[in-house]
Amino acid sequence: MATITGDRLVRLAPVDLVIVVFYFVLVLAIGFYLKGRSNTGEDFFLAGREMTAWIAGLSFLSANLGALELMGWAAASYQYGILAAHWYWIGAIPAMLFLGLVMMPFYYISKTHSVPGYLKLRFGEASRALSAISFAFMTVLMSGINMYAMALVMKVVLGWDINFSIWISSITVAIYVTLGGLRSAIFNEVLQFILIWAGALLIPILGLIEAGGWKALQLKVAQNASVEYTHLWSTLGSFKDNPMGIHWTGIVFGLGFVISFAYWTTDFLVVQRVLAAKDLRAAKMAPIIGAAFKMFVPFIVILPGLLGLAVLPMKLTGEAAAVASHGHSYNEVLPLMLARYCGPGLLGLGITALIAGFMSGMAGNVSAFSTVWTYDIYKALIKKKATDAHYVLMGRWSTMLGVLISIGTAYLVMQFLSIMDYVQALFSFFVAPLFGTVILGMLWKRATAAGGFGGLLAGTVSSIGMWAWVRHYPSALRFVALSSNAKDMAENMYRGLWSWIICVVVTVVVSMVTTSKPESELVGLVYGATEIASEAQVPLYHKPVFWAVVVTIVFVALNIIFW
Amino acid sequence: MRSDGTISIWFFIGISLLVNGLLICGAGLYQLSHPPAAKVVLYDLHANVWWGGILLVIGLLYCVRYNPARR
Repeated sequence: MATITGDRLVRLAPVDLVIVVFYFVLVLAIGFYLKGRSNTGEDFFLAGREMTAWIAGLSFLSANLGALELMGWAAASYQYGILAAHWYWIGAIPAMLFLGLVMMPFYYISKTHSVPGYLKLRFGEASRALSAISFAFMTVLMSGINMYAMALVMKVVLGWDINFSIWISSITVAIYVTLGGLRSAIFNEVLQFILIWAGALLIPILGLIEAGGWKALQLKVAQNASVEYTHLWSTLGSFKDNPMGIHWTGIVFGLGFVISFAYWTTDFLVVQRVLAAKDLRAAKMAPIIGAAFKMFVPFIVILPGLLGLAVLPMKLTGEAAAVASHGHSYNEVLPLMLARYCGPGLLGLGITALIAGFMSGMAGNVSAFSTVWTYDIYKALIKKKATDAHYVLMGRWSTMLGVLISIGTAYLVMQFLSIMDYVQALFSFFVAPLFGTVILGMLWKRATAAGGFGGLLAGTVSSIGMWAWVRHYPSALRFVALSSNAKDMAENMYRGLWSWIICVVVTVVVSMVTTSKPESELVGLVYGATEIASEAQVPLYHKPVFWAVVVTIVFVALNIIFW
Repeated sequence: MRSDGTISIWFFIGISLLVNGLLICGAGLYQLSHPPAAKVVLYDLHANVWWGGILLVIGLLYCVRYNPARR
């Protein structure tokens, strides 16, 4: 029987343990089964480029559906209300559609194996090296965050030793990614996606039944927290009017444009899944399929946080306050809701859903790290000429190396109190400027190698500089985030926006005073120099643009409904 | 995905849903005959019985549809 006990939130029944163990057995079995199908570089790093749009699209989304999505955003919705849904809607959908319709043709036609690889083709070796090294650094940090989050959940929820959780999960991921490469990671990510929904969907269903429906939930949230917690846009006119301390300009321009476009279109962790698509149309459809499912993820992540505000008998607090008072923190809202509704069997599936989310995020990071390390650092800078088999072997070793570094990072991350804000800061350091470089490279023929590198470097350095400035002089917040009332998340949004602007301005200025490549060298890389196959003869319901319009209509409707 | 004779990912998903559904539904049915002392909220809805049943049926359909022996 699932019960809340003193030293842990729940105690698993034997059937729950069987479900968790069965999950580990199945993912390992998939890894061993696919071992014989990852012998070439194309197989190991790009899954043979034979994924359908559905597989690539679900994997694209699942690689992002890691620890932070499940635990972090449920916690954020308890803390900030429905504003957290912006990260799923305006903070994801437009960017995913833009990736599918505008950017995928250049990534796919250029036959690059990675985003840094595209920068090499477009701007040269220096831009690739800077991007690859910063990406590798960020990736292992992200992986460590995933591990830490998972171990924390296992400790709080089940009372499992934190070291045991870290090592068991990371060894499992290391085995199946090392054996089967990206194909194994993608297979498992699709499985994990299904399990996440199967395990998490009951919480909002039962929660809404207990709360008495959406209207009754709004009333209870207004009583227990504030009426602003269930409004998406109407409270964003002033920094002071909403729990997140953010202005609509930060959400629209900082999150909706820079941070979101930067993450969904240039973060190789997610783009790698789409590069594995079997043809250009599948590559264009995959992000659109991902966007369609992404719109409904708030149902299993944001809604449980709001339901926690309405129905949980205890008040959740920040991590430090929870430790001091022996209470529960925001991060425990999802497990608390699991324990509230799920009996034997369902609890095991819910815990499996959490573990699956953590492992898919971790596997995504590790497989992307392995590719960038092998192709963009090792092959580009250390050993330029070697056999394909040598690079595959390096890919397997770097997968294990990535896991080991991630484990080390997980222990470091334990020092940070707020996981989510830490990750947002990282995004704004590296990913926001990268988007400026990639988008100018794809859409502006005049952009030069010196401009691309200079812009990327200036954007990254300025972002780190702004972060350090506010840490040392908190009063600088009113300059970086436009208000001294801005909170951490708002600061990250604006820092991302400034670093993107700095990157774009430097790239344009330097490009105007340096010599660009001849157009013949830009074929397949830049808009205007690349011929993209016409889809005029394709039936309407097979056209990516048709489905993008459908997704856009639903996206607009959701924002109006929850205004 | 299914190419070059590999087992489809949807078959693996079918197995997963089938086994999980069987275990969850079974645990729910056992609870009907042996009600626990400490009950979860909304216990009377017997969510594990019908949710497990749904997973079981979907898993069974996927296992049959993507059974590698059928090809």
